[in-house]
Amino acid sequence: MIRPASRALTAWLLLAPAMTFLFVFTHWPALASLMESFMSTARPRRPSRFVGMDNYQQALSDPVFWKSLTNNLWFALGTIPASIALALLMAIWVNDRLPGRTFARMAYFTPTILPMIAVANIWLFFFTPQYGLIEQIASALGLPSHNWLGSGDTALGAVIMVAIWKEAGFFMIFYLAALQAISPVLAEAANLEGASRWTYFRRVQFPLLMPTTLFVLINAVINAFRMVDHIIVMTRGGPDNATALLMFYIYQVGFNFWDTAYAAALTTILIVMLALIALLQYGWLERRVHYQ
Amino acid sequence: MDRRSFIAGSASLAAGTQITPLFAQGAPVELSFFYPVAVGGAITKLIDAYAEGFNKENPTIKVTPVYAGTYQETLVKVLTAHKSGAPPALSVQLSSDMFTLIDEEAIAPIDGFVKTDDDKAWLKGFFPAFMANSQTGGKVWGVPFQRSTIVLFWNKDLFKEAGLDPEKAPANWAEHTAFAEKLTKRDASGAVTQWGVQIPSTGFSYWLLQALAIEAGDELADSAGLHTFFDKQGVQDALQYWVDLGQKQKVHPPGVVEWGTTPKDFFEGKAAMMWTTTGNLTNVRNNAKFPFGVAMLPADKRRGSPTGGGNFNISKKASPAQQEAAFRFVKWVTQPERAAQWSIDTGYVAVSPAAYKTKAMTDYAASFPAATVARDQLEFAVAELSTHENQRVTKALTDNVQAALLGTKPVAAALKEAQAEADRILKSYR
Repeated sequence: MIRPASRALTAWLLLAPAMTFLFVFTHWPALASLMESFMSTARPRRPSRFVGMDNYQQALSDPVFWKSLTNNLWFALGTIPASIALALLMAIWVNDRLPGRTFARMAYFTPTILPMIAVANIWLFFFTPQYGLIEQIASALGLPSHNWLGSGDTALGAVIMVAIWKEAGFFMIFYLAALQAISPVLAEAANLEGASRWTYFRRVQFPLLMPTTLFVLINAVINAFRMVDHIIVMTRGGPDNATALLMFYIYQVGFNFWDTAYAAALTTILIVMLALIALLQYGWLERRVHYQ
Repeated sequence: MDRRSFIAGSASLAAGTQITPLFAQGAPVELSFFYPVAVGGAITKLIDAYAEGFNKENPTIKVTPVYAGTYQETLVKVLTAHKSGAPPALSVQLSSDMFTLIDEEAIAPIDGFVKTDDDKAWLKGFFPAFMANSQTGGKVWGVPFQRSTIVLFWNKDLFKEAGLDPEKAPANWAEHTAFAEKLTKRDASGAVTQWGVQIPSTGFSYWLLQALAIEAGDELADSAGLHTFFDKQGVQDALQYWVDLGQKQKVHPPGVVEWGTTPKDFFEGKAAMMWTTTGNLTNVRNNAKFPFGVAMLPADKRRGSPTGGGNFNISKKASPAQQEAAFRFVKWVTQPERAAQWSIDTGYVAVSPAAYKTKAMTDYAASFPAATVARDQLEFAVAELSTHENQRVTKALTDNVQAALLGTKPVAAALKEAQAEADRILKSYR
């Protein structure tokens, strides 16, 4: 019989390796960023000093910060509902017993496996003016030529497209797993009752999928604020910051301008925003989710 | 202990264990060499071959080249490594990032390694136009390596089709516009199938604007890197000319043109003329399926182009043995014969007049006269825009140039905003 004290010790020892990594690589950097955000950036001849809220005030009066924040909100609005809806549609489609089902699943999942950098380079070709894939199709249909990534009106839309294409397959996998966990008895019962396909989806499948939807939604929100790889490859935030997202701007400030203190302040703003959104999602949505 | 000193501590611990054996007798001095690639072609192979050749001739030194991405990525990697305490001893960086590197105390002056008369003669042997961006405050901080100017490439077949003399490039802005008008082709519905000219505006838009500004008679910044002149009349005229090509004459694609795909547009015959770095020369020679010409940029008030490209920089934090070894490698690579071969293989300008007197180069120039255009343009060249916090200042300019090209800001307002932002950034250095 093990005494409670030594059991607690064993538990802590078992937790220790993971906790250490979590603390060193997640919690401590987050705390350090928070502290650094109240300091000035150290330069070799000008050591870092306490500046209070200066960095945050700089953010409030920084037009590029506001631009990337609004861009990011549009990016979230453009990618999240579309990719979730698409994922659900694809999952229901490939969940049915249709010929070549495995192939269809694989095809939908492929974008997720590809590295984002490669994907962005492929899309860069699709969007190339004059001889890119989209332009070739457009000119075959007699539509006018357009510089998709080089014009401020369409550049953000173009990178949103890529993100949706990349994300939907990933979310589909979660929906597919959840769909397969739904008992076939329910479908049979619905059939006997003469429920239409749409009623079955709306009244049975969709409510049962809510836990998955919540999970996917949280992931989608985080991803919307985290994705930068394809921005770096495709537009570098241009033209004139039309596609600058918050994370990309933080990278620029931190690693191109080496203004680490200001970057830390921007990071803190981003974390607080994401934390608020997550709280909202859990607090409000969780109550409407039906867990089996 | 804050995060930075923690990282620095653990990194120097790691570096310490690596470096100590180097001082043991007989072991070669090892150093890594970070370099970027900004043009098409097999540059990495050439660099690997240099390191191999040098290591063979110098068994006491082992240079390991590391391809580090674009110029911006290389700078990020080197500065990150510098801040963690274990930077590569040698790197190639944009010459215009000199002030940034000095401010971060990341590089050591080259003068400290120049000891013998031979060293001194070698350092004096470079083109003065390239040294302008390599020295400040009475010290030399970088050694010219993959240096360039902007040149105009033109497609001779398309010139012929348009009824132009295929052997004659536009000499001034008026001709340039007139040629571009003749070279722009539209289909029945009015959609453009071939553009007269392309001046790329992603990534290096400040550099292309600088070329136009020099031609219009103004410079973008002073040589101390403290003051910029973005709102001067010449700069306004330059940007206006560029904007008008796209929006008024409609002989240049509207909006922002991608730097990376511009050579491809040229190969595909979608652009009859393009402005790009001479570093693309060999790439164009290998991939253009039509006769092409290379010319100096057209003149307005004068001819002109900024120099560009990368210098060798030696890290301040490397050990003295590594610094010395890095210096020897730099000197070895920039010898006239090798500089000539490098220029032949890539299209970059060979960095010294002596390189153009070598047999390899005179033979090459005789068979391919385009090879010397960029060198001849050096006579009119001006140092590339370079200031303290260079990346930040150029971003302010790049954003506003793009805004003007997109038509979202009038030229004068865009340049005024860029100037105000640059003043704000540079204030604390004055």
